[in-house]
Amino acid sequence: MVGSAMACSLGMDPNLADKKILLLEAGNKKVMDNVPDTYSTRVSSISPGSATLLSGIGAWEHITKMRCKPYKRMQVWDGCSDALITFDKEDLENEMAYIVENDIVVVSIIRQLDTLSDNVQVKYRSKVVKYTWPMPHHAADSVPWVRVTLANGETLQTKLLIGADGPNSMVRQELGIPTVKWNYDQSAVVAVLHLSEPTENNVAWQRFLPTGPIAMLPLSDTHSSLVWSTSHRLAEELLELDEESFVDAINSAFWSSENHSELIETAGSLFRSALSAIMPSAGSPRQLPPSVAGIGPKSRVMFPLGMGHASEYVRHRVALIGDAAHRVHPLAGQGANLGFGDVACLTQLLSQAAFNGKDLGAIQHLLEYETERQRQNLPMMAAIDLMKRLYSTNVAPVVLLRTFGLQATNMLPTLKEQIMTFASK
Amino acid sequence: MYSNKVNRLMLGLNNLKATSVSSVVRRAAAPRGLSWTTVCRERTQRLRRSAGLGMSGAHSASQSTLDSSEVRRFQPLASKWWDEEGEFAALHAMNDLRVPFVRDNLLSVHRARHPGKPLAGLRVLDVGCGGGLLSEPLGRLGANVLGIDPVEESISVAQLHSSHDPDLRDRVSYRACTLEELSEGEQGAAQFDAVVASEVVEHLADLETFAFCCSHVLKPGGSLFITTINKTNLSYALAIVVAEQLLRIVPTGTHNWEKFISPEELERLLESNGFTVQSVQGMMYSPLSGAWSWADSTAINYALHAVKEGHGAEDSSSHPEEHTETTHS
Repeated sequence: MVGSAMACSLGMDPNLADKKILLLEAGNKKVMDNVPDTYSTRVSSISPGSATLLSGIGAWEHITKMRCKPYKRMQVWDGCSDALITFDKEDLENEMAYIVENDIVVVSIIRQLDTLSDNVQVKYRSKVVKYTWPMPHHAADSVPWVRVTLANGETLQTKLLIGADGPNSMVRQELGIPTVKWNYDQSAVVAVLHLSEPTENNVAWQRFLPTGPIAMLPLSDTHSSLVWSTSHRLAEELLELDEESFVDAINSAFWSSENHSELIETAGSLFRSALSAIMPSAGSPRQLPPSVAGIGPKSRVMFPLGMGHASEYVRHRVALIGDAAHRVHPLAGQGANLGFGDVACLTQLLSQAAFNGKDLGAIQHLLEYETERQRQNLPMMAAIDLMKRLYSTNVAPVVLLRTFGLQATNMLPTLKEQIMTFASK
Repeated sequence: MYSNKVNRLMLGLNNLKATSVSSVVRRAAAPRGLSWTTVCRERTQRLRRSAGLGMSGAHSASQSTLDSSEVRRFQPLASKWWDEEGEFAALHAMNDLRVPFVRDNLLSVHRARHPGKPLAGLRVLDVGCGGGLLSEPLGRLGANVLGIDPVEESISVAQLHSSHDPDLRDRVSYRACTLEELSEGEQGAAQFDAVVASEVVEHLADLETFAFCCSHVLKPGGSLFITTINKTNLSYALAIVVAEQLLRIVPTGTHNWEKFISPEELERLLESNGFTVQSVQGMMYSPLSGAWSWADSTAINYALHAVKEGHGAEDSSSHPEEHTETTHS
């Protein structure tokens, strides 16, 4: 998704009009003549910033014509107490973000790429077997550019290699870039849900259970997408349940208060009254998420979760973008957005470099990209990791702390606005 | 008599050029009528006599723009040109200012017709190109660039570096020669849309000839871009003492303060050679960030854009670009 967006973004830039761009895709070309009736399970929350990028490359038009769901409010609450926080844009006028199926994003970008065939070429089903890296200021007969060897024997040479090959990036590994990473002992279970009754469905719901957050993201008036991050064992169990039991598990995860203890409940209501004494008009009413009646066909997949951050995003003639550079927990719906942020930043810097007659692989502007993006990505990643750890326990002191914190934050509109701005880039 | 003069002209060149010297001697001696080179030399002689001491006292009395000691100083550094963090790091960084300076001023005269290649169709001469540090970016912007430098080793380095890039191979070429050699003969006249002499005039022996030759090879209305160092106490303190001796930003002995020239003097010199100076901009280097930026004061480094009078003069009298864009520092 991020790699093809990068290729499209570069191809459309006027300063890069004469450059030759090649996108190497391991998979097949995704075509979608008609939008299928069934929803696909992998979805992303596209922030307004990412939507701007996608619209700049001409893909957003295709997406809105096909299928996407804007949502206006987000409710996040604790499984161990009554604390909740809601985010919404003032007066519910503008969208907060959009839920789009990943397939639709990819297909839209590909449609746009098809129109750029003059300077962007795409090779599908291509697998790289070897990279040969250049020397910084080369001796007479060494390779001055990056050489890429494909499985079919072809060799390509490029002035700049952009690695968008996911969390297990071969580019990153071959460069030997040290990566800070750990596996969360969690897997995410994703599914498409049929709601019991049609509703306006423009709210994104997320509840933090001690085993992990469960989120319901709107797809339409009757369908929502499930992202349930939980321990590996539980995830496997969930996959093996029959449809009815699975649906019951989901509903109870959202509705039950089995993790509440008396202590926490009393403390929680005490906090709430104290805070409403200080700020009587703040806070928002608790809403209840819609109940689930069934799940979509060919649904229910699980994948492991982890955190990863490359200590360097760039080397001479190489840059990493998207999950290859940073991998996050889905609880904040930011993974794709960070990647799109990389695309926008790198395109702008390469465009400027080309207008200054620079060699596109020169390290100077690549280092600028790295600095700029690390400044954006690291705080976000730290926040997400912190949230994950904070909510992974039901130990009373931590629960009290986060309950109070969440309630207090809920009452501070300026703080909430800051958080939303941070997440909308 | 003419052969003597030709000999002195060739004096500054590398010893290896001995064979070519003799061939040139033979050529000049053949009866050809009044060739341009002889006119040029006669003119400089006359000017020098009439100007008395004046500013030419600051330059050596040789007949060429070449200073052999300068050539010898740059030879051993030839392999270091493309090390972005080496001896020439400050020159690499200067591209952030001088490429936009050349590009924007040329664009204000010649509308960009080709997206992605704003300087397409323009012929540019890079005098004193060294390893090609400035020729390559200009070539990448679409210009047809000829880089000349008397130091053969530098030209070889430049040719090797640009040979790796198919984008540049057809557009950027190099020749080891002096500006006077290039401007000889009929094909020497009015060939270029722009001449760039960046960090060069402070290394030359004879600026008068240089200005004359620049005017000769430029098309009417063509642009001349010069970046150089001012001759002030401040420039002595910073460019010589600090840059060369203390911080070693520049190899010791690279610059000779006597050869620095103030923008006013340079302007006078150019205007007496048929140029109109369009803009002069101060430049400043920060050793902390390793980056250049535009400055209000021309006390140390400055960039100058002049235009040769002629048919193109009407277009080029349009407002020169304001250079307020800051570089990445």
